[in-house]
Amino acid sequence: MRLTVQHESIYRYDKPVRGVVQSHRLTPARFDGQQVETWEVRVSGGQQGGEFRDGAGDWVQGWTIPGPISKITVTVSGTIQTSDLAGVLRGHRELVAPAVYLRDTLPTVPDIALSDLAASASGADGLALAHALAAAVGEAIAYRPGVTHAHTTAAEALALGEGVCQDHAHALIACARLRGMPARYVSGYLHSDSDGQGHEAAHAWAEVHVEGLGWVGFDPANRCCPDERYIRLGSGLDARDAAPIRGIARGNGAEHLDVMVAVVAQQQ
Amino acid sequence: MSKFFNEMFQSDAVRPPYARLEDWVATMPTELRSLKQAEAEELFRRIGITFAVYGEGGDPDRLIPFDMFPRVFSALEWHRLERGIKQRARALNAFLADVYGRAEIIKAGRIPGHLVWRNDAFEKAVVGITPPKGVYSHIVGIDLVRTGPDDFFVLEDNCRTPSGVSYMLENREIMMRMFPELFHRNRIEPVENYPALLRRTLASVAPAKCDREPCVVILTPGHFNSAYYEHSFLADLMGVELVEGQDLFVEGEFVWMRTTEGPRRVDVIYRRVDDAYLDPLCFRPDSMLGVPGLMDIYRAGGVSICSAPGAGVADDKAVYTYVPDMVRFYLGEEPILKNVPTWQCARPDELKYVQENLGELVVKEVHGSGGYGMLVGPMATKEQIAAFRAKITADPDNYIAQPTLALSTVPTFVDQGVAPRHVDLRPYCLVGERIELVPGGLTRVALTEGSLVVNSSQGGGVKDTWVLAE
Repeated sequence: MRLTVQHESIYRYDKPVRGVVQSHRLTPARFDGQQVETWEVRVSGGQQGGEFRDGAGDWVQGWTIPGPISKITVTVSGTIQTSDLAGVLRGHRELVAPAVYLRDTLPTVPDIALSDLAASASGADGLALAHALAAAVGEAIAYRPGVTHAHTTAAEALALGEGVCQDHAHALIACARLRGMPARYVSGYLHSDSDGQGHEAAHAWAEVHVEGLGWVGFDPANRCCPDERYIRLGSGLDARDAAPIRGIARGNGAEHLDVMVAVVAQQQ
Repeated sequence: MSKFFNEMFQSDAVRPPYARLEDWVATMPTELRSLKQAEAEELFRRIGITFAVYGEGGDPDRLIPFDMFPRVFSALEWHRLERGIKQRARALNAFLADVYGRAEIIKAGRIPGHLVWRNDAFEKAVVGITPPKGVYSHIVGIDLVRTGPDDFFVLEDNCRTPSGVSYMLENREIMMRMFPELFHRNRIEPVENYPALLRRTLASVAPAKCDREPCVVILTPGHFNSAYYEHSFLADLMGVELVEGQDLFVEGEFVWMRTTEGPRRVDVIYRRVDDAYLDPLCFRPDSMLGVPGLMDIYRAGGVSICSAPGAGVADDKAVYTYVPDMVRFYLGEEPILKNVPTWQCARPDELKYVQENLGELVVKEVHGSGGYGMLVGPMATKEQIAAFRAKITADPDNYIAQPTLALSTVPTFVDQGVAPRHVDLRPYCLVGERIELVPGGLTRVALTEGSLVVNSSQGGGVKDTWVLAE
């Protein structure tokens, strides 16, 4: 599939700030499932900082925006060719050992309900188990925007029985780790069909490390594995660790963020 | 005869390194001694060196007792120690380069992967990033104890930011001021060039992007930190700026320091701030001590951070067990310094042994420090042992056990005159383009009779440490 992405984040500060530092993971991952044709990230008033590919294979780009400033626009635009690898992250170069992703962080710390959920799934092998866990999480947490927030933990979302893609991903990560499988958070984009199915175009899912197969993506929110509609940006132990944009402003102005994302399929 | 090795007396004969100290003590009038002791304390107070060593906590304004009786090594003894210390520092750095790279030692099955991958000190963010000259731990503090003429054991390694070196320098300075004649009678290797060597070491690991005389700074958490005195002391002696997080900022590809003449580019940061607080964008988001964006600049090669973020994975007490294997694996050499045999309570069979022999063992928390949360079996009451047994049973992974070592003694001034007291040693090995060790270190002494715990929070003091010239 040939997808074009237009992603704009506008940060507004009610009082001008003295400067802003951002760290971006806004460049698509390099693997067999996606080939970038064009890609550009622009930051209004920004100065490019350090850039490098990290041990997890993600392209990281630092930015500084000198102040005083009260509005910053981060624009991502590009076109990419994607293909369906049934969720398998084939041909992705990375150095971090999968076992590192057995570590829990705050949003994925398990409680009794999560460990019961993890124990309820079964599968003949690692792949089957991962599928069963993803299905169980999709069952247990219904998609409903607005009930959870950025800091909701997997345990809290499961107790609510509702949440968004971030909550699904955290819950699946917690369950997979409980079953001894390394798991991580993936952020990216999703092209949704015109019938309105599916979720916001800025999307997140989980990857589970399956022995013999490597990293495999699972999207419990949409009850599928990532296919040609998905664009993978970067990964981390949890949502914060995998965030496409992290930033800190110097100053005490309150920040308001507006995000617009459009992922459009091009005629071949 | 005592079962402890006395570094000065063996069967009533004075060992050669101490030969010239026998008269000194014998002829020192009691009044002079108390006068000198008072003078030493006054000097320490005046220079303001009162901080607690090794992040032990406790009262930051309390003076750590200084004992005037020096601890002495012969040139030959030191020669062997030096080779052992440098070897260990090389192996620890090779280990760090490996686990943040291809992890050959784990693939080879020489160290269990989970000890590294699931270690809190392992930083995923620096995997695949090679720091300048491949050095991760630039100041390696190796804690040693001695049990016999040729028997030295490593108690633990400190690869992050070992403190206490200001004591090494001040103890020497004060001894020279108070007893200049001792330094005429004995040929003692100098330690004063440590700050210059440290600065050279730090400058030698400036990033490749640095095309001029490197600008080195010391990053401190601030004056409320227990080792702040040492931070400012070293900055002074090295002739570099002492900065806090708010004095630095990132812009473009570099880190800058605010100065009265405008921003100045910083090339090497000797940080005395823990990993978690270095950069709120990368680590703890609530940290106010660090510099936002620092890690992106570091990872892109715009600045050097000493020690490198993530270096702590090499000095974990569970990883410690494998350091002799690191020496063999990376250097193809036999370890010169021995490890203390260690039982991991995480292993069921070893736990059983520990539980059955608590009365003879020293038990420590895996991540503990400063002599807190530690059981010294032979010194403990039945109740203390029972309480510790319950703690270990509840959380075996959190504990390791070691035999109670017969720590050597050095004569020490006490109320009744001079008496043997147990000591340890922390030398500071510098690793940059070259690897250097000043002849000396920090000797800590357990001032309480019979005590084997040298931590200042537990009644320990410090001594000047001499290495004699050949």
